[in-house]
Amino acid sequence: MRIVLNKDTMKIEKEQDVVPFRNRVKEYAVKIGMSVVNQTKLITAASELVRNMLKYANGGITVIEVISEGRNSGIRLTFVDKGPGIKDIALAMKDGFSTGKSLGLGLPGAKRLVNEFEIKSSVGEGTTVSIIKWKNG
Amino acid sequence: MKQDISKLLQKKRKNILEDWMNSQLADAGLREDLMSNDELREQSAELLDSLLKGITEKNLTDFNAEAFAPVYEILSGISISRARQGFSPRETGVFVFSLKDALLKTLVTELQNDQETLMQALVTINKLLDNLGIITFETFIKGREEVILRQTDEIAEISTPVIQVWDGILALPIIGTLDSARTQVVMENLLQHIVETGSTIAILDISGVPAVDSLVAQHIIKTVAATRLMGAECIISGIRPEIAQTVVHLGIDLSNIMTKATLANALKHAFSMLRLDVKRIQKEKEK
Amino acid sequence: MDRIPILRMGKFLLVTIQIDLYDRLATNLETDLVYMVNKTGAKGVLIDISALSIVDSFMGRILGNIGSMARIMDAETVVVGMQPAVAITLVELGLELKGVHTALNVEKGMELLRNKIKDLDYEEEDEIEANEDSTE
Repeated sequence: MRIVLNKDTMKIEKEQDVVPFRNRVKEYAVKIGMSVVNQTKLITAASELVRNMLKYANGGITVIEVISEGRNSGIRLTFVDKGPGIKDIALAMKDGFSTGKSLGLGLPGAKRLVNEFEIKSSVGEGTTVSIIKWKNG
Repeated sequence: MKQDISKLLQKKRKNILEDWMNSQLADAGLREDLMSNDELREQSAELLDSLLKGITEKNLTDFNAEAFAPVYEILSGISISRARQGFSPRETGVFVFSLKDALLKTLVTELQNDQETLMQALVTINKLLDNLGIITFETFIKGREEVILRQTDEIAEISTPVIQVWDGILALPIIGTLDSARTQVVMENLLQHIVETGSTIAILDISGVPAVDSLVAQHIIKTVAATRLMGAECIISGIRPEIAQTVVHLGIDLSNIMTKATLANALKHAFSMLRLDVKRIQKEKEK
Repeated sequence: MDRIPILRMGKFLLVTIQIDLYDRLATNLETDLVYMVNKTGAKGVLIDISALSIVDSFMGRILGNIGSMARIMDAETVVVGMQPAVAITLVELGLELKGVHTALNVEKGMELLRNKIKDLDYEEEDEIEANEDSTE
C-alpha cells in the first residue's frame, strides 16, 4: 500500500520557475536520502517534463509528493496541464519523435530515468504525467 | 448452560503456561544454544498474557479485532528476531503450535462434562491459533528476506573493486552476472574513482562474467559511453572466445568500443595511449 | 538579462557555468559563444560544467550545437568536469554529446585543445598579441 507522507504544489508559468522547481524536488529527494545518481535522474526527468509543459501548454501545475510503500520510499511528481493534449501517445513516447524542433528525447528519456511513468492525455483538455522514483531503484 | 471460554482460559493461565513450557522444553528441536530457557519462558509468558488479555467471548472468531493487535505485534517481533538469530522455520513454528496443544489440553480437561461447548471451543481456538501460526511464518520469512536483501547489498558493494593499476589507469574486474542494478553500482563506482584519481583510462575486465547476452552488452556499452562523457577512455578486456562468439552471433555491435583479449594487453595499450614505455633493464655488460 | 560570462585566453575561449541554467540562458550562451568565436578567431572553446548538477536533453543539445557550430567555424570544443551522476543520466537519457570532446578537468581539457590545434595548424604562431577585445 502506498502512503503519501508529504505533499507540495507548485505552479509553473514561466521558464524562470523551472530552476526553483528543480531545487524543490532536490530538497525532497535529499530529505528521504536518495542517492546522488537517482536524484540526478529524477531531476533531469522532471526538467524534461516541465519543459514540455511550458512549451506545449504554457505551463501548469506540478505536485511533489513523498510516498512510501513497505520499506521503500520515493518521490512522486505529477505534472498537470490544460494544454492541447497529445493525439498519439504511443508515437510521442517513441525516441526521436517531436512535433517541436527538439531532439524528441523528452518523454521517452524521462521514462527511462524513473521507475514508474504514467501518462494520460485527451486532445483539447490537457495532459497529466505522473512519475515515481524510488529511493532504492 | 454455556461457559465463557475466554474467562475459563484466563483462569487457567498458570496451567497453560506450565504445559506449554513443558512441551517446548521436551521438544527435540529446543535450541538452548540460541536462547536460554529463562528467556524462552519470558517470551512465552508475554505472548500468552497478551493473548489472554485480548480475547473475550465476542472477538474469539474475529481475528481482525483490535484487541489482537498487541498479540500480533509481540508474535511478529518474536518471529523476526528468531529469523535473524537463525532458528529454523520448524523451531519457530513449534513455539506457536505447542501453545495450541497446551490450550486445547486445558479445554479438554475443563470442559469434559460439556461436550457441546468443548467442540465449539476446540474449533475456535484451533482457528485462532492457526491464524497466529500463519502470522509467525509470514513474519519469519519477512525477517529472512531482510537478511537476504542486506546481504545482496553487501555483495554488490564488495564485488566491484576499482583498482588503480598505474598513475592515470584504473582497472575494474567484474565478477558475476551484470544486471542493471549491478551495472549502476559498477558505473557509479568507476566514475567516482575516475574523478577522485583523475584517471583518463579505465579498463573493464569481463573475464569473470559468465555470459554476455545483448542485455549485458547493452550495459557495457552504457558504461563505456558514460566514461567517455566524463572525458576518460574505456577499454574492455577479458573477451573470452565464447564471449566473442556469442557477441557476433547475437549481432551486437562493439566496433565503437576498444576491446582486448586480456587485461595485460589492455594495460599495454593503455601505456601506449599515455605514451609510456615499459622496458626490461639490460644488465650492464662487463667490459 | 542574465548572461554567462565568456573569458578569452589566447586562442581559447573559456566558459564556466556556475549556476543551474534555465533554457533562455543556455540559448543566449550558444549565441554569444558563436559570435565570440567569430570575433576573436578562437581556435578552441572550453566549457566547464563541473558545477552543473543536471544536464537535460535541452542543455545537452545546446552543448552539442555549440560544438558543431564552432567546428564549422574551425574551432574545437571541449566540455570538462561533468559530474558522474550527470554522465550516467545522460547515457540513460540517450544523449551522446556528439560534436564535442570531453575531459576530466580544466587542465586536461586545455591540454586536449592544445594537442588538437597542434595537429591542425602549424603556421599561425603570431596572433596571440594585438586585438585585446573585451568580452562584451
